[in-house]
Amino acid sequence: MPTIVVDVMPKAELLDPAGKAVAGALHRLGKTEFSGVRIGKRFELTVDGEVTDAVLADARELAADMLSNGVIEDVVGVYERPVSEQ
Amino acid sequence: MRIGVVTFPGSLDDRDAQRAVRLAGAEAVALWHGSHDLEGVDAIVLPGGFSYGDYLRCGAIAARSPIMAEVIDAANSGMPVLGICNGFQILVEAHLLPGGLIRNDHGDFICRDQVLRVENASTAWTNGFTEGQEITVPLKNGEGGFIASDDDLKRLEGEGLVAFRYVGVNPNGSLDDIAGLTNPRGNVVGLMPHPEHATQPGFGPDTRAAMRSGVDGLTFFTSVLTTALQRAS
Repeated sequence: MPTIVVDVMPKAELLDPAGKAVAGALHRLGKTEFSGVRIGKRFELTVDGEVTDAVLADARELAADMLSNGVIEDVVGVYERPVSEQ
Repeated sequence: MRIGVVTFPGSLDDRDAQRAVRLAGAEAVALWHGSHDLEGVDAIVLPGGFSYGDYLRCGAIAARSPIMAEVIDAANSGMPVLGICNGFQILVEAHLLPGGLIRNDHGDFICRDQVLRVENASTAWTNGFTEGQEITVPLKNGEGGFIASDDDLKRLEGEGLVAFRYVGVNPNGSLDDIAGLTNPRGNVVGLMPHPEHATQPGFGPDTRAAMRSGVDGLTFFTSVLTTALQRAS
């Protein structure tokens, strides 16, 4: 099925306690080459039919409006999943 | 006076809020998230809990439920609306109050009796307090860290829209120790702590006088009765 992916991340300047907890665990595991972790969200919107520009525009609006909260998060990507990955 | 308490899927403290309304001397009206009917109430409480399991973001899905269209309209025309904990998160997600609430900075769920300072005693829900008064009500949340953009924060502070501030301890990393907000009109109030859990002797926070005797939260609900009477006259 055609799928639109929406990626949302907590704003860079905000503390991400969940990411920080994972980073702490990595550190304890000796994975010191990874200095930080931030955890975001990925939405996969299954599209009934073709992904037209209008559908993508709709998804962008939804991403900004409901799937993210602009006060605390940034939408970092809205794109159709390539056919090779479907 | 009829005060509506909205139940969403995952609301926890709707019955406690109804009880607080009755203890204050008003009639509690159970409202349902899936309805568009406010049943002629004079004020509305959005209760605490974990609506929709905190999926998407705390309060995000509930803020888009059918009854919220009516709650938003009513709030915009001056009806008193109180959001407690998850209700505060719903008000923020519905853009009735600015800012956002994120996971506590220390990462833990916290449950404690919390001292608050009443910063604005002229709202629909705080007019029975005096400005600067310190009150104790329970606090219990995992995502209560209040944040806002610098501009919003300046506006909130400059216009006296911070309704409550944490005293002694900042339990969740909230900016400027902000525990609760009001809108410019003063009819919408949201806060993370739970006034409805401090309304009945024997079931409230400890006080110096006696264990579990704290009833500071009752003033929220008696305040709104004063407001509702003024609105009706």
